[in-house]
Amino acid sequence: MYPSDYRYTREHEWIQVTGETGTVGITDYAQHELGDVVFVELPKVGARFAASQAFGTVESVKAVSEIYCPVSGEVLEVNTALANAPETINQDPHGAAWMIKIRLANAKELDALMDAAGYQAYIAEKQKEASA
Amino acid sequence: MGAKMVNFGGWDMPVEYSGIISEHLATRTAVGLFDVSHMGEIEIRGPRALDLVQKVTCNNAAKLATGQAQYSGLMTPEGTFVDDLLVHKISDTHYFLCVNAANQDKDFEHIRSHNTFGVEVENAGVRYTQLALQGPKALSILQSFTKILLMQMKYYRFTFGRVNAVDCLIARTGYTGEDGFEIYFSPEHSEKMWFDLLEAGKPEGLLPCGLGARNTLRLEACMCLYGHEIDDTTTVWEANLSWICKIDKGDFLGRAVLVRQKERGVERTLVGFEMQDRLIARDGFPVLAAGQHVGRVTSGSPAPFLKKNIGMAYVPVKLSAPGTEIQVNIRGNQATARIVPTPFYKRAR
Repeated sequence: MYPSDYRYTREHEWIQVTGETGTVGITDYAQHELGDVVFVELPKVGARFAASQAFGTVESVKAVSEIYCPVSGEVLEVNTALANAPETINQDPHGAAWMIKIRLANAKELDALMDAAGYQAYIAEKQKEASA
Repeated sequence: MGAKMVNFGGWDMPVEYSGIISEHLATRTAVGLFDVSHMGEIEIRGPRALDLVQKVTCNNAAKLATGQAQYSGLMTPEGTFVDDLLVHKISDTHYFLCVNAANQDKDFEHIRSHNTFGVEVENAGVRYTQLALQGPKALSILQSFTKILLMQMKYYRFTFGRVNAVDCLIARTGYTGEDGFEIYFSPEHSEKMWFDLLEAGKPEGLLPCGLGARNTLRLEACMCLYGHEIDDTTTVWEANLSWICKIDKGDFLGRAVLVRQKERGVERTLVGFEMQDRLIARDGFPVLAAGQHVGRVTSGSPAPFLKKNIGMAYVPVKLSAPGTEIQVNIRGNQATARIVPTPFYKRAR
């Protein structure tokens, strides 16, 4: 479910890094919590974000959620297909529903993120809290 | 059930099961089943039961026939809303009120504090489970569980009868804009009733629905939600609910204020709007006109059946005509919305 070569944030974004480029999206847990996604607002190519800075918004029928940049960098590419097919975020959150590609400003920031096992333990804890 | 739960007025309630959009569409086109056990029930009994109901509510309960229900408002002395509710007339000496979950205790205390008629007021919520079966196929599914001839029951009428071998109050009421029924019965039968209705409805496309779809359905149908469109700062005239306020019925709480406000006219009024682009207005967002802050969104959401982004808001009366353009401040963007006639959705009859 959670690819082992991705890194994860506490706010439920993922990043997959190839060389100096990171591909960013939201996790399956996040899409499930949001429910039916109906709108997504993404930045423009060239925009720069610091780690943990909001770079976009995703809205489901019932909720609005900001999306935070896992690491600092400059936006190289935006998945413009999501604007007309936001439901892709529910259907394939770790694949086709990637949101932006960024050029990493500081690869060391990746060390602060969770690996797949760490993230799964983290959301298991969240689910336990929710049902307690 | 794989339901996502949320705490709502002290109750753990399902927000959604299969997804708000699919649940919403199932209710519009087939049938949805809602567990609304959180709703409160208050029963008023005694020779002067009607006098108490008349005193605390703004609609005219004297017009009710036995077996008839009406939408009404529970009034403060200032003519604002303590709550909105359904008043069911069981007999000349017995009225059954269905109130909002979060307001139940407040409503009960309020009604009791105005009980100068020596009638019995019971906070009866714990004695009832309420399920709502809503949508074009609600009648045929419920009919398979009861001998009561549901076809003969008119809208906003109710009767007592057995459903699935359980004694129920069966009302042809709802909060979705669809035909449908709300049944009230003793909680020990909840689980069996829920699963039997689910099972029977499956071939007809029935989906279990949560609070999320309940909210989008009522918004499309332009029904008020307490704490959003109405509260203890708003009046029936402002909320376009003049049809539930009968100032000629005799005295009631808040009447004097409401009579004055009716003569003077209101300054703001509740309107429905449609967003003109893809941005979604949400509850509480500021409404602007010509750069000036003029009101706020009371409820805003995507409308799954209409496939538009809609909302309701209080605006100055001069800005309330259909076609008028307003702006909604959405995260710093001034998004254009147009006032439209309401309700947004009305079922074909």
